[in-house]
Amino acid sequence: MTEKIITIRAEIGASVWKIAAPAGTTLAEDDAIIILESMKMEIPVMAPHAGTVMAILVEEGQQVEEGQAVATFRC
Amino acid sequence: MSIGPVLIANRGEIAVRIARTCRRLGVRSIAVFSDVDAGALHVEAADSAERIGPAHPRESYLCIPALLAAAARSGARHVHPGYGFLSENAEFAEACAAAGLVFIGPSPSAIRAMGGKAAARQLAEAAGVPCLPGDPGEDQSEAALAAAAARIGFPVMVKAIGGGGGRGMRRVQNAEEFPTALAAARREAAIFGNDRVMIEGLVVQARHIEVQILADAHGHVLHLHERDCTLQRRHQKLVEECPAPGMDAATRTELGRRACALARSVNYVGAGTVEFIAETPLRADRIWFMEMNTRLQVEHPVTEMVTGLDLVEWQLRIAAGEALPFTQSDISLEGHAVEARLCAEDPARQFLPSPGRLDVLELPPESPGLRIDSGFRAGDVLTPYYDSMIAKIIAHAPTRALALERLATALDECRAEGVRLNASFLAAALRSDEMHEARMTTRFLESARKRLLAVKESV
Repeated sequence: MTEKIITIRAEIGASVWKIAAPAGTTLAEDDAIIILESMKMEIPVMAPHAGTVMAILVEEGQQVEEGQAVATFRC
Repeated sequence: MSIGPVLIANRGEIAVRIARTCRRLGVRSIAVFSDVDAGALHVEAADSAERIGPAHPRESYLCIPALLAAAARSGARHVHPGYGFLSENAEFAEACAAAGLVFIGPSPSAIRAMGGKAAARQLAEAAGVPCLPGDPGEDQSEAALAAAAARIGFPVMVKAIGGGGGRGMRRVQNAEEFPTALAAARREAAIFGNDRVMIEGLVVQARHIEVQILADAHGHVLHLHERDCTLQRRHQKLVEECPAPGMDAATRTELGRRACALARSVNYVGAGTVEFIAETPLRADRIWFMEMNTRLQVEHPVTEMVTGLDLVEWQLRIAAGEALPFTQSDISLEGHAVEARLCAEDPARQFLPSPGRLDVLELPPESPGLRIDSGFRAGDVLTPYYDSMIAKIIAHAPTRALALERLATALDECRAEGVRLNASFLAAALRSDEMHEARMTTRFLESARKRLLAVKESV
């Protein structure tokens, strides 16, 4: 199976509440990579497939814009 | 009335609404604002305003020293916390008292007593208020929790002890599902810093019913009827009404009695709400205590519409030491009121919040039977820092059917550009057969979401 590298993006403007899975973490599909917070709601950014977090591109507490790349993921 | 000036330690619609009552009563009000709120509607609504810090709530609306400093600078004597933020924070109530300010709300000890799920439950049981069967989870081993679930009887709910807003909650249908559901609830709870869980019986066809109470410092405790807040998403209310459809007078009296008994047991003073979970159809012996909110609720306007009382006015009068001049039988119940929470969110994307600039905001004008409590106007920015609620639309009519249609029509008239609105989704919910026939449950909005979205597209 060919390996794919996927850029993970924020769905909406938010602040980064928590890095749930640092680089190197192996995840199942729908596991949280990052948890964003916007308008008092925690919004998990989830693994699109089973795979590994390659890099986290943001820091906790940082503001992100809609569409901004927040992580790269290998699956 | 010997009250004020009142510092309003909040923002948005509730700060505007509190300032409105202050003005009517001739009480001076002081708004507070973070840097992003300097031009906000709630700042205009008050007599003066104080900057309290940067946008992040921790550095402004949740920052006790900043709020106390604002109170000192402005000469405030009372502090109204609104809802959310520090409204149920016992340390804030204590800090106000220590600074010589009157916190508009119950005592710190009453706030604390109701603050923990397990402790509140024990108080309710001691006051003779029925609770769902449950296990506090003193032994957190999987075997002990599974045994507790079996004892309570499936289906059960696994609930994170440190959770709130529906976090770390899992429905479990049977013993086979239990280990997986427990692990999932624990993982979710651990993200929020505490992976301890408790087990509670599950009401499958559930409605959310709550009772508004008002208590003065002279020992009078009254209830102002119930509200039905069954329409929710993510365990957060979107539509509330008073009275609850299908509530007979005897059940109302019994629930009111329970709510007042609980309030008396903690020497409660001020406005408060006792929340219950009820099975459908409503029967007094199938309604159980959930929690008590020691503050004004978002949905208090529906109670105001049917009773003719201004709850903020009575919060202020009680804080000024006045005795309630009416008795239980004086509390009227005129017609039917329904409220919808107009939020910047997208029902088509699982109710994802929609921050942004309100390039356009059109709300219907207030008229007899239609009240609008808004915190924003066109040009305002809804930032990711704060709640997504823009306004509350409240309809009041002689019958429930008319109130539902009046509210749906008002929602049809709401329009925004720059953010997504839930208005047409809520209008479709209000016009559904489930709502009109009072067959709704707490899962209705989520389970009927696609159908309600389709209604919106066909009109």
